[in-house]
Amino acid sequence: MAEHILEVEDLRGYYRGTFGVVHAVDGVSLTLDRGVILGIAGESGGGKSTLAQLVSGTPPPLLHLEGGRVLVDGIDIYNIDSEELRTEIKCKRMSYVPQSSMESLNPVKRIRDFIFDVVGQRTSKRVLSSERKKEVIEMAANHMKTLGLDRPVLDRYPHELSGGMKQRVVIAISTLWNPKLLIIDEPTSALDVTSQKRMIESLLNLKRARIIESMLYISHDLTSLRQLCGECIIMYAGKIAEIGDMEGTINDPLHPYSRLLTAAIASYDSKGRRKGELKSIAGSPPDLRYPPAGCRFHPRCPYVMDICKTKEPPMFRTGERMGGAFCWLLASQSGE
Amino acid sequence: MEDTSKTGNDGIALKCEGLTKLYTSGLIRTKTVVGARDVTFDIKRGEIVSLAGESGSGKSTVARMILRLIKPTSGDIALNGRSIYSYNIREYYRQVQAVFQDPYSAFNPFYIVDHVLERAFGLREDNLNRDERSKIIRSTLESIGLNPSEVLGRYPHELSGGQMQRLLIGRSLLIGSQLLIADEPTSMIDASTRAGVLNLLLSLKKEKGLSVLFITHDIGQAQYVSERVIVMKQGEVVEQGPVDEVFTRPQHPYTKELLAAVPTLYERWKECS
Repeated sequence: MAEHILEVEDLRGYYRGTFGVVHAVDGVSLTLDRGVILGIAGESGGGKSTLAQLVSGTPPPLLHLEGGRVLVDGIDIYNIDSEELRTEIKCKRMSYVPQSSMESLNPVKRIRDFIFDVVGQRTSKRVLSSERKKEVIEMAANHMKTLGLDRPVLDRYPHELSGGMKQRVVIAISTLWNPKLLIIDEPTSALDVTSQKRMIESLLNLKRARIIESMLYISHDLTSLRQLCGECIIMYAGKIAEIGDMEGTINDPLHPYSRLLTAAIASYDSKGRRKGELKSIAGSPPDLRYPPAGCRFHPRCPYVMDICKTKEPPMFRTGERMGGAFCWLLASQSGE
Repeated sequence: MEDTSKTGNDGIALKCEGLTKLYTSGLIRTKTVVGARDVTFDIKRGEIVSLAGESGSGKSTVARMILRLIKPTSGDIALNGRSIYSYNIREYYRQVQAVFQDPYSAFNPFYIVDHVLERAFGLREDNLNRDERSKIIRSTLESIGLNPSEVLGRYPHELSGGQMQRLLIGRSLLIGSQLLIADEPTSMIDASTRAGVLNLLLSLKKEKGLSVLFITHDIGQAQYVSERVIVMKQGEVVEQGPVDEVFTRPQHPYTKELLAAVPTLYERWKECS
C-alpha cells in the first residue's frame, strides 16, 4: 500500500484547439495523505476543474496531458490501459463527481433502476439476478442513509427530487464501491445555504462512516471549504499559489493572492459583527494562452517587485507552518 | 427634504401591501401553489433592503411582481405613492430596472457590449445624437468605477462576470431609474469580483439616492450591503427589521436556522469540528 492516496508530480495539462494552446494546469505538484480532506480554491479559470479532470484519468477531448504523473494509491494512472483504469481504479480506488453531475441521472428511470444499470455496466452483467438486485439495493440504501436520504428516494424519478437530493444521490452512486478517494467538483455551488450545509455534513458523514478515506474538494467558495477541509490549496492561473493547512491559510495567508481573496468575501460573523470594507481584486485573470512571465499573479499584485516579472517563484516555507507559498515576497523571511 | 410631489409621502419609493400570488395549474383538477402570501414591506428612497430566504421561498416571485412581469393575485404595489399599474409601461421601466443572476445571458454574445448600453437610450425621453450618447455612456461608466476603454468595444466573453454585472447596473443608471431590483446579482460571479458589485450598490445609494431591493440567499452579503432585511419562507415574510437586529437577535426559528446554515470563514460549525 502506497504511503499517499494521491500524488501529483509536476502535472501539466493544456487545451489544444483552433483557439490556440491554453496552459490551464501548468506544473502542479501535490500529495494527499490518507484520511485528509484537501480543498482547492481559486477564481474561475484558475485551473481547479481542469486539475480534477486530469487527476480523474479521463480528461475531456480537447484537454491533453502534457507532462507529469498522477499516482492514485501508488498506481500511475496514465501508465495503465484504459480498461484497467476503468475497472481497477475508478470507483474502487477513486471516484470523480464532476460539476453539475446531478444532471447525469436518467430522467426516465427510477433511481433504483439507474443504480442497477450502473452496477450492471461495471460488473459486465447486463441483467442482474433478483438476489443481486436485493444486495445492491441494500448497499445503496445504506450509502444513502449516510448521506441523509431516505429509502423511498430509490423509487423516485429524478424530477421528483430537489437539486440537493439529486446531488447526494449521485454521490451515493459514485461511492457504491467505497472508493478510497473522492474527487468532488463544486457540489454546493448550485445549492442554497440550507441545502449547502446539509451537503457538507453529508460529505463529512461519508468519511466518518469510512465509506471514503480521503477527499479532494474543489470549490470557489472559501467559506464552505473552511467548514470541511483540513488542508487547502489556493490556485491561480494554472499554478498553485499557496498550499497549507486550512486554519493557517485563512487566518494568516502568505501569498498576496490568498490575502486578497479572503478580503473579498463577505463573511457573516456569528456575533453579528460587520467585517471591514470588502475589496475586489483589481484586474482580471490572465489569458492562459499567453501566460505572463515570472509569477503569474504579478500583473495584479499590489506588492509586485522586479524579480516577479521575470523569474518564477519557487515555494517558500515560513516557520512551523505546513506547506508554503510561491511568492518572492517570502524569500527574505524564509532565509532560503 | 425631497420633492414630495415626486416621492409621494415621506420618501417611500416602493410600497407593497398584502401582496399575494397563487400559481394554479391544471384545467379541471386545479392545483394551487402559493408563490407569495400577504407580503407587506416598503423601500425608502436611498435605501437598500435585502430579501433573504432559501430557494422556493418566494423571493423572485415578489421581484417579478414588482417588475410587472407577473400579475399579483391580490394586493397592491405602489411606486412613489401611485399604483404601479397606473404607469405607462415605458414610464414605469424608466424608473424601475432590474439586474438578474446571470450576467452572461443578459448580453447578446454576437454584439459588443456597447449595444446593450446604446439600446438603453430607447427608454429615455430625450433624443440624443451619437456624440452625446457616447459622452453619457463614458461618464456613467467612470462614475461606476469602470474604465470605458477597458470595457467598451469588447464582446461579452472578454469581460469578467463582475464587470458585466456592473455594466448592467450602469445601464439602469443610463435610463435614470430610481429603483433597482437586484435578483441574486452576485451568485454567479466570482468571489473576487463580488465585492465590486456590492460596493457599487453602496456608493450609488449614497451618491445618487438609488433604492435597491437586494435579493440574496447569502446572509453575509445582506449584512454587508443593506440596512433592513426581510426574511421569507414558503411565500411568507417571517421576520423583518434592521439588519443588525435581525442577525444578532433573530426572533423566528427559521431565521435562526438560516443563520446557522451560513458558513463563515473564521469559525467551524459544531457539526464539522
